[in-house]
Amino acid sequence: MACIGSQGELTESARRMLAALAPPATPEDVAAHTGLPLFRVRAGLREMAEAELVQAQDGRYAATERGLSFLSR
Amino acid sequence: MSVLEAVKQESATVASDPVVAAHLPRLGMSAPLFEAVTTHGKIRLEDFRGGWVVLFSHPADFTPVCTTEFLAFAQIAPELHKRNTELLGLSIDSTSSHIAWVRNIKEKFGVDIPFPIIADSNKQVATLYGMIMPGESTTETSRCVFIIDPAGVLRAMIYYPLTTGRNTDEILRVIDALQTTDKHRVATPANWHAGDKVIVPPPATMEEVDARLNAGYECTDWYFCKKAV
Repeated sequence: MACIGSQGELTESARRMLAALAPPATPEDVAAHTGLPLFRVRAGLREMAEAELVQAQDGRYAATERGLSFLSR
Repeated sequence: MSVLEAVKQESATVASDPVVAAHLPRLGMSAPLFEAVTTHGKIRLEDFRGGWVVLFSHPADFTPVCTTEFLAFAQIAPELHKRNTELLGLSIDSTSSHIAWVRNIKEKFGVDIPFPIIADSNKQVATLYGMIMPGESTTETSRCVFIIDPAGVLRAMIYYPLTTGRNTDEILRVIDALQTTDKHRVATPANWHAGDKVIVPPPATMEEVDARLNAGYECTDWYFCKKAV
């Protein structure tokens, strides 16, 4: 889903997913909250974890400081 | 030897090669896993776990039969979603080509393509799934359909030649049949559609024969019984 666009900004779907991670949430929770298909949420969270925008613990994802700073831009 | 004879000979060699054959997907086996670049970003087959997937290949972007198929797949996408099923397209074109084609379909036909399309430029997924039929083309994927269940098991495969557009109603019908089979432990007869009576699996013992004849099924004979679900 490419979480970061060509201008270094969060893509719309990445922004929606990040915003759905307070409190930490499972991919299923995020899919239900955002209306995005579950496969896109799983792929997106994995990509955002690789970009250190989110981190996973016990099956739940939380925004990192870096993720929150992107979200506030 | 004519070109046609050479192609036929090559196809026969590939088909009879036990190494190639052993690696082609089989019904009832786990669908080969992959990670691929798509129009919706990098996706793994496992991302669909818990839901059904219709993985399908088309020969090439910006071709007329494929365009009619994409319009038809887009049309059934809402019905597939009701069945917890996602579409995943594939050809060996690039992401840029897919995006341009999807935008062209929107512009010319007013239809959004809601599903991701794999850009399988290196033929990785096409090779894993045997989507390239050398007897038809060595550079394009044929019109293949793989139906994968929520556990990642390959449940149905349908192959069409390059010249024949698919019947998407049939794909919906197969999904309905597979889901009905899983839910009710039954089989479905020829030309079955959702709502029709289903086939009760034939009995394996005499005791089962006696039991089923008193079970209220609609039986033509001991081995041929139907019921409503």
